[in-house]
Amino acid sequence: MTAGERFAEWFGLELFQRYGAQLLDGLLLTLQLVALSSSVGMVLGVLLALGRTSRWRSLQYGCRAYVYFFRGSPLLAQLFLIYYGLGSFHGFWRDLGLWGWFGDPWFCALLAFTLNTAAYQAEIFRGGLLSVPRAHYEAATALGLNRTTTFFKVTMPQVLIVTVGPLGNELILIIKASAIVSLVTLLDLMGVAKLAFSRTFDFQVYVWVALVYLLVVECVRRGVNRLDRRLTQHLRPTDE
Amino acid sequence: MFESLGLLSLGAGGWGGALLAGAGVTMALALACVPLGLPLGLLVALCSKSPNATVRAMAALFSICFRGLPELLTLLIVYYGIQIALQKFQAYWGGSAEFSINAFVAAVIAFSLVLAAFSSEVWLGALKTVARGQYEGAQALGLSRRQTFFKVVLPQVMRVALPGLSNNWLSLLKDTALVSTISLVDLMRQTSLAVNATKEPMLFYLAACCLYLLLSSISGFCIAQLEKHYGQGRERAS
Repeated sequence: MTAGERFAEWFGLELFQRYGAQLLDGLLLTLQLVALSSSVGMVLGVLLALGRTSRWRSLQYGCRAYVYFFRGSPLLAQLFLIYYGLGSFHGFWRDLGLWGWFGDPWFCALLAFTLNTAAYQAEIFRGGLLSVPRAHYEAATALGLNRTTTFFKVTMPQVLIVTVGPLGNELILIIKASAIVSLVTLLDLMGVAKLAFSRTFDFQVYVWVALVYLLVVECVRRGVNRLDRRLTQHLRPTDE
Repeated sequence: MFESLGLLSLGAGGWGGALLAGAGVTMALALACVPLGLPLGLLVALCSKSPNATVRAMAALFSICFRGLPELLTLLIVYYGIQIALQKFQAYWGGSAEFSINAFVAAVIAFSLVLAAFSSEVWLGALKTVARGQYEGAQALGLSRRQTFFKVVLPQVMRVALPGLSNNWLSLLKDTALVSTISLVDLMRQTSLAVNATKEPMLFYLAACCLYLLLSSISGFCIAQLEKHYGQGRERAS
């Protein structure tokens, strides 16, 4: 065996040639799923957080029950509940013309992840909302700002500063959790790795995929740190 | 769906007993990870405060790896990795028997590593809250380093770390659902078996979610007791 061949074997080059393109597709699917579910989940999370801090009792309890359910049970169980559970009502969905959606594992995974991350983000935003001092609302009222302006110009900027770190952590958790969509037949990064392993029994594919996950998580962590620094710029004394 | 609620009964023809047995396996698995994962996490936290740069780097690498990898991937890597390593090891010594590792053991190892990585962050934060004067005081009293750690530092750290550790415990409990993929019959796997047999996915997965919620609530109650226990001295002092 020449040095080149030995290197190729050690590196799993052949494996990479065979499954490289599929792995890339898998990575894209993972990222797509994470990006979509996190952003839709964020909107839902803000609404839930507002619901939990609302004066309307039944809305408060409803949002609380939602958050309790989705934070207290495993995401895997929620995914199966949606994919197999909701999917079992074929007739109903077909009558509504929605079978194309609920029969599709991609949509079910997206739904499960969105609902789950919304619950976690709601708790983060609730903490952020509680950190805004009461006096700020009173001052906004005294200045004659309406409720929408108060929310977007006074409340939200302060909430974001407190929440950006925890939201980054939640994003990382969702990236990691997205590996379970491989269990509902989706070929995400993990799904492709499992497929390649079941065909070749080459353990290296898992190591490769592990490195890709670590890389993605590290990039996100750095991005969030940068964003955090930008948002809190005015809170730090200047160097000069 | 409502007429099939009988399927959840504990008696004959019901899956209630099987689900509870599965919940028992889930709980046993999660509990088995605690005595391994928490001390390892504390060790990692202590290592990342070490004066030796190599030790610090290793602690950081451990923490980055097991916090950054999807738990499912960690589980599969440990499960298959140990098997392959054992086979290679055996082949090296001339054996040829097929090796298969117990799924429960693999799961305990994998989740302990994950728990260690996550709890090390909590331990690290808690260790920072112990004032320097405490160490100096212990030294002035002539306590050894060991005594200082176990009698002075650890009790104070426990109180501060408990809320964070309880979060780690709750996510561990939920992560254990992943072991159903390496054919360990925990609550999740038992539920899937029930679904295959009865074709009632909505009912059984909802029941599983509720059982997980119940387990979380029970542990929440136990953790509150623990917090009371470790907060005792503090309440009296203040």
